[in-house]
Amino acid sequence: MTEPKTGRETKIGIESVYKIFGPDPASVLDRVKAGTGKQELLEETGHTIGIRDVSLDVGAGEIFVVMGLSGSGKSTLIRHINRLIEPTDGRILVDGEDVLQLDPDALRHLRRFKMSMVFQRFALLPHKTVLENVKSGLQIRDEGRGGGLPKGGAVGRLAGRLGLAGSGSSDIRDRAQAQVDMVGLQGFENQYPNQLSGGMQQRVGLARALATDAEVLLMDEAFSALDPLIRNDMQDQLMQIQNSLNRTIVFITHDLDEALRIGDHIAILRDGELRQVGPPEEILMAPADDYVSRFVKDVNRGRVITVGSIADEYPTVALGEAGFADALARLDASERSTVYVCDGAGRPVGAITAEMARNGQDLTGPIDGDAKLAPVQTVSGAAVIEDMLPLAMKSEVPVAVLDGQGALIGGVPRRTVLAALVRRTE
Amino acid sequence: MAQEFPELLNMRAVRIGIDESFNWVVEHWSETLEEIFLPVVHLLRAIEDFLLWMPWYVVIAIIAAMGFAATRNVWIALGLGLMTFLMGFFGLWEPGMKTIALMLTATLLAVIVGIPMGILMSRSDRVERITLPVLDIMQTMPIFVYLIPFVMLFGPGKIPALLATIVFAVPPVIRLTNLGIRHVDREVVEAFTAFGATRRQLLFGVQVPLAMPTIMAGINQTTMMALSMVVIASMIGAGGLGYQVLQGIQRLEISRGLLAGLAIVFLAVIFDRIAQAYGKRMQQHLHLGH
Repeated sequence: MTEPKTGRETKIGIESVYKIFGPDPASVLDRVKAGTGKQELLEETGHTIGIRDVSLDVGAGEIFVVMGLSGSGKSTLIRHINRLIEPTDGRILVDGEDVLQLDPDALRHLRRFKMSMVFQRFALLPHKTVLENVKSGLQIRDEGRGGGLPKGGAVGRLAGRLGLAGSGSSDIRDRAQAQVDMVGLQGFENQYPNQLSGGMQQRVGLARALATDAEVLLMDEAFSALDPLIRNDMQDQLMQIQNSLNRTIVFITHDLDEALRIGDHIAILRDGELRQVGPPEEILMAPADDYVSRFVKDVNRGRVITVGSIADEYPTVALGEAGFADALARLDASERSTVYVCDGAGRPVGAITAEMARNGQDLTGPIDGDAKLAPVQTVSGAAVIEDMLPLAMKSEVPVAVLDGQGALIGGVPRRTVLAALVRRTE
Repeated sequence: MAQEFPELLNMRAVRIGIDESFNWVVEHWSETLEEIFLPVVHLLRAIEDFLLWMPWYVVIAIIAAMGFAATRNVWIALGLGLMTFLMGFFGLWEPGMKTIALMLTATLLAVIVGIPMGILMSRSDRVERITLPVLDIMQTMPIFVYLIPFVMLFGPGKIPALLATIVFAVPPVIRLTNLGIRHVDREVVEAFTAFGATRRQLLFGVQVPLAMPTIMAGINQTTMMALSMVVIASMIGAGGLGYQVLQGIQRLEISRGLLAGLAIVFLAVIFDRIAQAYGKRMQQHLHLGH
């Protein structure tokens, strides 16, 4: 899990999307927009609200999780993105282009090249082998190019860019084989889906989706049908793959632990309405309403909250430049009880605490080595707090939190760790 | 005295009207229609000639081999071979082959017509709503009723026998093709839609292959119905085993009827065994652990 990105580039924009099911959705849209309740609408007009006024921004290269219980509309929502379901109202932008305006050919092109999908029940062809299943997504567009789609124009250019222009069957085979290897199914290429376990079948589904090189991956409860242990493995594998491929992933789940584990951003849906959207820590630490806080109550926070997100800012002084007097002055000026001493690269080498001053330690002269400093324990900001628990317990000074390059970004005192672990929103 | 149902309409006139208009069709169209269906007769003759041209032991060997290929069971294969042998042993080799030819031709044509109709039906709820009652009527209408118009159009012979058999035997394959396609796992269809498959790619890449076991069951039923119709069709000149049964009735020869009847049972068992075993193997391939 990474720090919430700031200034992220929007890949998929969902703008005030409504979906109403029933005989004549358009006729009741105004009433829904005016705020008519679900029950009332059903009784009076026989229409059901699937999605009500949902707007989301999915950043490029992130895992965006949409979480909700059954009936929350999450599966309906994800199907809007590739238009397996047409919304009643609203806009859906992919790379700034309104998907809803696409004609059938352009839509098919979008589905073939830009998006792929993984399904809860795997949705494999039972009469095809693993390798053939992985190839199937590629074959669909290969046939299509020979048939309905124009050779030149955008299609041809994109095909050329992807190195697909004259892709023969051996090329498809190689690409499929590469995906099979990536998801760890080598040796099973010629097995049939029904000979594989659920986890392995879903790997086939994942490989099939990855094989098309689509920038956007839609995953509809992809791991929900798997055993908990297998699910964990699959989540790890997904994050691993994501680290190297950097796709934009929209992931649907009803499992909050899963959402918190893999999501860069999480949107929580209930009854077709968006309740909260934000990075996992924000959902945990600042639930927007009762519904969300009831949800997050039983989460193992230690495994979710990253150290970086609870780190406080601490005063620092530069090694070899400042004197102890400067450090003490900094200490007095801040509310903290510790000042970190950092080297030229921003790496903490030690700390000076208010306690040291109170104890009458000799704190005079320049700071030119770590001899007189209190030792500092360090932890990566990307770690979850469960990982730093032992450190925090034995360290007298706040644990220093580092960024990817080893430079200090803040400190975490023991009580902050404990508070983050036990905090309950009532 | 029994209450008579009031005559609301002069039914006699109506019937005469129907008869006369059909007579008109017969008068003006029968020759054209006969020409249209000539290739079908050629096909039937070709199959018939081929079966009779082959030495009897080759036919027995082929049937036993097909039985083995389908069931992978030596005893069933031998059993099927024995039944074919008995058919010849009863002195019914030639009518038996003629019956097989008629049945194969009728089934083949029923499948060629029925599968596309089933597909069409599966893709449109409206077509399904219209077609289902028609199929119901076709299947409940007494068999003999079909014979009347076909005999009128073509005179007694092979064409009316064949056409009546097809009309009678085609409903199961239509029904089960429709059913099979409609019951294909929705998520798989959705998956291939999501990957950008065209409707044609969906049909031939996903729906038809996954519906194949059900379609096979339909073909099997169609074969069985064709066989049962073959006996009736003999009354209008199809020849074959059914004609032997008919002669048994006319001459009150129980032996003739019994032996021909047994031969028909043998044929039914042979075709049913082979078709069912194929269907089952296909099903295993498709649905285990699904």
